[in-house]
Amino acid sequence: MKIAVCVKEVPDAAVTKRIDPNTKRLDRSGEGALNHFDSQAVEEALKVKESGGDGEVVLVSMGPARALDSLRKALAMGADRAVLVSDDAAPGSDLVATSRALAAALEREGADLILFGQQSSDSDGAVLWAAVADRLRRPVISQVAELTIADGKVRGKRQTEFGYDVIEAPLPAIVAVSDAINEPRYPSLKGIMGAKKKPQETLSGSDLGLDAGTLGEQGSGTNVVALADPPARGDARKIEDDGSAADQIADFLAEKKLL
Amino acid sequence: MTVAVFLEHHEGELQKGSLGVLGKAASLGDDVVGVVLGSGVQELAARAGGFGAQKVYVADASELEAPLPQPRVDALAQLVREQGIDTVLFAASVLASDIAAGLAARLDAGLNWDLVDLAAQDGSLVGTRPALEDTVYADVGWTSDVKLALFRPGTFDPVESGGNAEVEEFTPSFEDFSTQATMVEQAHEESEGPSIEDADVIVAGGRGLGGPENFSLVEELAKALGGAVAATRAVVDAGWYPYSTQVGQTGRTVSPKLYVACGISGAIQHKVGMQGSGTVIAINKDPNAPIFEFCDLGVVGDLHEIVPKLTELVKQRKS
Repeated sequence: MKIAVCVKEVPDAAVTKRIDPNTKRLDRSGEGALNHFDSQAVEEALKVKESGGDGEVVLVSMGPARALDSLRKALAMGADRAVLVSDDAAPGSDLVATSRALAAALEREGADLILFGQQSSDSDGAVLWAAVADRLRRPVISQVAELTIADGKVRGKRQTEFGYDVIEAPLPAIVAVSDAINEPRYPSLKGIMGAKKKPQETLSGSDLGLDAGTLGEQGSGTNVVALADPPARGDARKIEDDGSAADQIADFLAEKKLL
Repeated sequence: MTVAVFLEHHEGELQKGSLGVLGKAASLGDDVVGVVLGSGVQELAARAGGFGAQKVYVADASELEAPLPQPRVDALAQLVREQGIDTVLFAASVLASDIAAGLAARLDAGLNWDLVDLAAQDGSLVGTRPALEDTVYADVGWTSDVKLALFRPGTFDPVESGGNAEVEEFTPSFEDFSTQATMVEQAHEESEGPSIEDADVIVAGGRGLGGPENFSLVEELAKALGGAVAATRAVVDAGWYPYSTQVGQTGRTVSPKLYVACGISGAIQHKVGMQGSGTVIAINKDPNAPIFEFCDLGVVGDLHEIVPKLTELVKQRKS
């Protein structure tokens, strides 16, 4: 079975994220890392591949050329190769433009199963799979906490506002996993050493038959008009425990007449 | 300008979040229509008139019986094209988010998500979107002909207008791929245990507890404070604690006087379920946890040491 996993480079957790006031986009100049939620989708793809005996796990991403560095972590976990859509016209792409480019790259791969992580840690949209599914004209199941594959069908158990659903769809299908699905494995030393040698392909918009006008801000349907500070939240206090935290909390509760 | 609001329903009730968005849309002064999609939902549709809809479009079809997104994308795309609707608004939910994104791709329509407000400025719509763990508020707009928006759960309360809506039926046609996903089993909610919605004090535990056995720390503090115990989605899905205690977007929405978050990072999914709480105290060992951005007292430290000590102090001071 061929499995494609959509992954993204996000600012490293140690980087304080900021929005560039000129471009009104996230400043991506600092250290990057593989989006943690995506490593869970990679883990699930590897499990499916391992249980089936053979198959291929392909990473599909969009981002700056250097995003391949972050994708290598997923290759080190065990993914077989990586495809990165990278184009000077792509920065600023919103859901409409990003789903268009990813769908074009995924169309080329023709995978049986396409996996997404729960969300990206930078834009928090948690909706990209549904847009990609519509462009690829494939069934989609989102928020999946347990995934099983049998008889050419994928079955997902997921949590909604009202309890648990079990949804089934024939392959090829698109599945977005929830962060409850697994604990991603750590890459082995051998995996890390081998990752650089695995096939890594960079595609431009024109390689995918996309005009520059369909990418970036031009190809998007939304824009950021202005940025502002959040409304202030009263007199929030933050303390580090030096052994007296419990006392300080009790005093705080008494002060607020909650004790 | 015609604004449509997707009205989600469950077990014969229009959802509060959708009705809240409907009220917001009506307050902007445009033509506001509701959309109800399902099976056997005619009577339900008429009720939206009482919450600000002038008209409600209804599609009643067996393909729309299960709450799955893709047939609903077909129905909404058809309605937008046939009725000249230029804006479609959704209260975010597991279902609505997937519908909105599918519709965005189908119509090449811009989708802004996680909005906490919407206003008309010089004839254009502008949304307010908190970003980067709510440390920045962005004003967002649309450059596409059709505009789509998802609102953060619990943003608007429904407003009873007492009006009546004209109900108009339409018959959607469905794409082959849209009906391939099927619901095998639906919504087995385990509803045992006390309700946390009415509690004045809630002590909640997350992944930072380290394991299900450590929920006893949370239970003992809750008992000392006379409160209820709640949990995050992560630990409920991991089987540490029952679903009926889950606070968050998928789970309960609570607004106690005191909310004590133990080992909870404060993901948006959790925040939307407890942001109406009076006083929030957070204990977490990660100083960068987002929860420190929206608590009144943030404690960076080891909850395994702090919580038992606090429980003892509370007991002492109460006696």
